[in-house]
Amino acid sequence: MGVTTVIINAFALFALGAAFIKRPAGARGALAIAVRAFVGLLPMMLAIILLIGLLLGFVPPATIAAMIGEESGPVGLAVAAGIGAVLFVPALIAFPLAASLLQAGASVGAVAAFITSLTLIGTVTLPVELRELGVKLTVVRNALGVVFALVIAVLMGRIL
Amino acid sequence: MTMNRVDTNEAPNAQNRSPQSSARRRLPVSRGDLVFFVSVAAAAAVLLYLFPERAPAVAESSRGFLLEMFSILPAVVILMGLFAVFVSQELIVRHLGAGSGVRGFFLAVALGSLPTGPLYVAFPLVKAMRAKGAGTANMIAFLTAWASIKLPQEIIELRFLGPAFTATRFLLTLAAAALMGTIAERILRRWETTPATKEAT
Repeated sequence: MGVTTVIINAFALFALGAAFIKRPAGARGALAIAVRAFVGLLPMMLAIILLIGLLLGFVPPATIAAMIGEESGPVGLAVAAGIGAVLFVPALIAFPLAASLLQAGASVGAVAAFITSLTLIGTVTLPVELRELGVKLTVVRNALGVVFALVIAVLMGRIL
Repeated sequence: MTMNRVDTNEAPNAQNRSPQSSARRRLPVSRGDLVFFVSVAAAAAVLLYLFPERAPAVAESSRGFLLEMFSILPAVVILMGLFAVFVSQELIVRHLGAGSGVRGFFLAVALGSLPTGPLYVAFPLVKAMRAKGAGTANMIAFLTAWASIKLPQEIIELRFLGPAFTATRFLLTLAAAALMGTIAERILRRWETTPATKEAT
């Protein structure tokens, strides 16, 4: 258990305790929301965790490295960003996947590209965005998202 | 932060503030996710049947990630639940678009990074704020923060990718949010002044 885990669990327990003292009904509501969110995430989370196991157990690091590793260069970043843009995985669950990719030989830049494009660009949510924000804002936002996912990726690779 | 909200909020609104708990009673699992899980499980079963010697490595990796996820995700969703109940979306709507310049930008980013729902929840909020005349730059910054540097995500990121990765990506994304907003505003202004194009919204 890492420091983050301990702190967050302690903080969540403390906040929940305070909520129960202050407003029990509200705290129960919050717990209900939390349970629903957790259950809702569960199938995708288990699938991703199984995928991570298969990825680390079957795919040789050399293959991952060749696709999205240091030596893959700009193509690797583009591949990672492309995968991130198309996938529709809740960000909360994407981080373990990103960590496993890193562990399996992906470059820091590629992982940053993957996370940034995954969160910033939504191909699945595109219809909602078009409806609510209109064509222009949607096009500009997503196009800039692609550009900046790559910029962030390159800089992350340089810095770390 | 959650603590302050607990103190300042009054009880009567409790019912209105947890629409998730009353609106949908059925299982909160999407069919697509279930299909995805079953497909992955089936693929895993076939692969491990064909290559049983890989099973220990697969099991070890999966178990490690599973334990880490189960040790932090419950705390994260509890914080999200508390936030949903004790802080209304009105707070975001009320403050979004307020302030200008640097202050407006940081306000937009701060509101975007609060532990609220997924990105598609943010679009209607932004639409409402644009109708009230909020600036494009801050709307884009708000959406960028909402999507990419949301508090619950950052907690998980910190756990799985470490402080150096998380801090660097956070700062770069912050800069990107500012630049994207500024650039988007310029592009859209030029676009808007071109007589040939029609208003999209």
